[in-house]
Amino acid sequence: MEEEIMTDKRPIISTGGRGGASGSKKTLPMPVRYAINAVLVLLVLVVGELMIDGGAITRYQSTVLEQVGVYIILAVSLNIATGYLGQLPLGHAGFMSVGAYGCAIFVMRMAEVLGVGARDFTTGTPLTVLLVIGGLLVGGLCAAVAGIIIGIPALRLKGDYLAIITLAFAEIIRVVMLNIDSVLGFKLTGGAKGLTGIPGYSSFLLVFACVAIVCFLIHTMMKSRHGRAILAIRDNEIAAEATGVNTTYYKTLAFVASAFFAGMAGGLYAGCIGVLQPAYFGFMKSIEILVMVVLGGMGSMLGSALSATVLTILPEALRAFSEYRMIAYAIVLILVMIFRPQGLLGSYDFSLSRIIERVMNRDFPWKKKDDAPADAAKGEEVSADV
Amino acid sequence: MSSEKKKHRSVLVQMETPNLIPERDLGTIPVLQAEHLGIDFGGLTAVDDFNIAMGRTEISGLIGPNGAGKTTIFNLLTNVYQPTRGTVLVDGYDTAGKSVAEVNRMGIARTFQNIRLFSQMTVEQNVLVGFGNTMKTHLITDMLRLPGHWKQEAEFHDRALELLDIFDMRKYADTQAGNLPYGAQRRLEILRALATSPKVLLLDEPAAGMNPAETEELMENIQKIRDEFQIAILLIEHDMSLVMGVCEVVGVLDYGKIIAKGTPEQIQNDPRVIEAYLGKQEVK
Repeated sequence: MEEEIMTDKRPIISTGGRGGASGSKKTLPMPVRYAINAVLVLLVLVVGELMIDGGAITRYQSTVLEQVGVYIILAVSLNIATGYLGQLPLGHAGFMSVGAYGCAIFVMRMAEVLGVGARDFTTGTPLTVLLVIGGLLVGGLCAAVAGIIIGIPALRLKGDYLAIITLAFAEIIRVVMLNIDSVLGFKLTGGAKGLTGIPGYSSFLLVFACVAIVCFLIHTMMKSRHGRAILAIRDNEIAAEATGVNTTYYKTLAFVASAFFAGMAGGLYAGCIGVLQPAYFGFMKSIEILVMVVLGGMGSMLGSALSATVLTILPEALRAFSEYRMIAYAIVLILVMIFRPQGLLGSYDFSLSRIIERVMNRDFPWKKKDDAPADAAKGEEVSADV
Repeated sequence: MSSEKKKHRSVLVQMETPNLIPERDLGTIPVLQAEHLGIDFGGLTAVDDFNIAMGRTEISGLIGPNGAGKTTIFNLLTNVYQPTRGTVLVDGYDTAGKSVAEVNRMGIARTFQNIRLFSQMTVEQNVLVGFGNTMKTHLITDMLRLPGHWKQEAEFHDRALELLDIFDMRKYADTQAGNLPYGAQRRLEILRALATSPKVLLLDEPAAGMNPAETEELMENIQKIRDEFQIAILLIEHDMSLVMGVCEVVGVLDYGKIIAKGTPEQIQNDPRVIEAYLGKQEVK
């Protein structure tokens, strides 16, 4: 379903996907590719919205769908830091909480000042739309600032050490959210009682429009000189530095981008749940998001999105067997790690335009390759994602 | 961002480095110059009193037994290690306190003894990473796919393929770098270094693991690179046919010290070199 949004567009390389066989290959021009994907996104959004309006999707189901969208954003944003940059931060829920509180507080305070009622958010006036977009940006920016503060010292470390330091920072953020009210002496986050009365501004349309935008932005970032520098650091940091890549800058950039989108997801989450408590954003939340990325395949946006969808819907679907669902969850994880340690999709990414091009060129995987060198053909599959 | 924009504010330094061959013309300033360069690891002096002055388009070689400190010198020249003593100048500018990436932008590019490619990226992308600092689009331009992005990507796509043509590697452009044959991986590393438009290219054992025919080809290619790009090349190599065939100046390193330097002919007949490689003859 919505995963089609993430369709991956190849860079402007047009000299032949299959070992550069010939120059007469038909390729889709770039604007056409974007148009196809944009139309698909609109189609999904419109059909989804119509189904909700028509009652084909119940209110409960649409809430679950909104959560799916939030988790997709969280997973693809964490994927920047794990899959593309190759680091292992364990504090994604921390950024999410900063974004959630930032967005919720901004929207609530501004609504008070502008005299917008909570009702208006569900019906949606131009003012509330602006307010929510502003709120999401504020949430994202708050998280990005937290990302810079954490990233600059943390990214000097690697591997386990980075995992531990980010974990610690996320816990600090949680404790700050819990106690900041009594320290500052005025009402900000609501402390342990939680922040209540957040208008329910998240809707299917808003969440999935954000999913599409976030996926587009991450995709375009990764397929530019900036993205290539980030991937180069993952593949070989020493060589990247010797090739002139400013590793500190690009590591921080990837980390901050990851935090920014997590903050946006947090803002959407706040509007979806209506109540925020620091306890929501504990260590387990970070692990949950990380599991989605690892399960789907590090470095694969489609993989992250797919496993975010499955892992959000599964617990809801298994609600009847709630005692056993954690066991099922664990068994699935163990099996995947044994039989497919690179994740379900590895680093493969789906590209609709590539498939259309294949059809245009009558180039099907089951057709015998004549002159393509074996290694070139093998290389192509994985190269698809970068 | 700010560190990226920062220009090299180093001061132009003039040094009197003993020319390896006095009559050789180095131009106004040597493109790469090191004076009294040395590094200690704890109590061990790995490199001591290393001097070099390279002309704009010269090919020099550095030879020596295993563990003599050749790769350490490359690491000193590129600031991977901070030298304990001495100065390195690139085109007259001091590299002290610069990061490895900044030194690269000042004009030193290198390859590695054990190949270090971006193995999960395609061959073309490997080269494009090297072009990264020549490309100037802003992150926002790239993320929103503004016209500037397309123009630049198209331009550098062509430039990358042209660069690959030097070693006849255009056919591999879409191949994952890790899947390349060994020799092609070594060649790609050189191309990636060239993409950063260096003034000096440091090659760390470029012929390692190559057969004589491939070494022969590499020799021609090294000269071709020098002629086409007009850069200086400093190489470490164990393959004497390559060193003697291509280098104009050769330095011999033993226990971190230059024990002999000169033209290939002078080196071949130097008793100290023979001693370093084969040991001293005891006459009873």
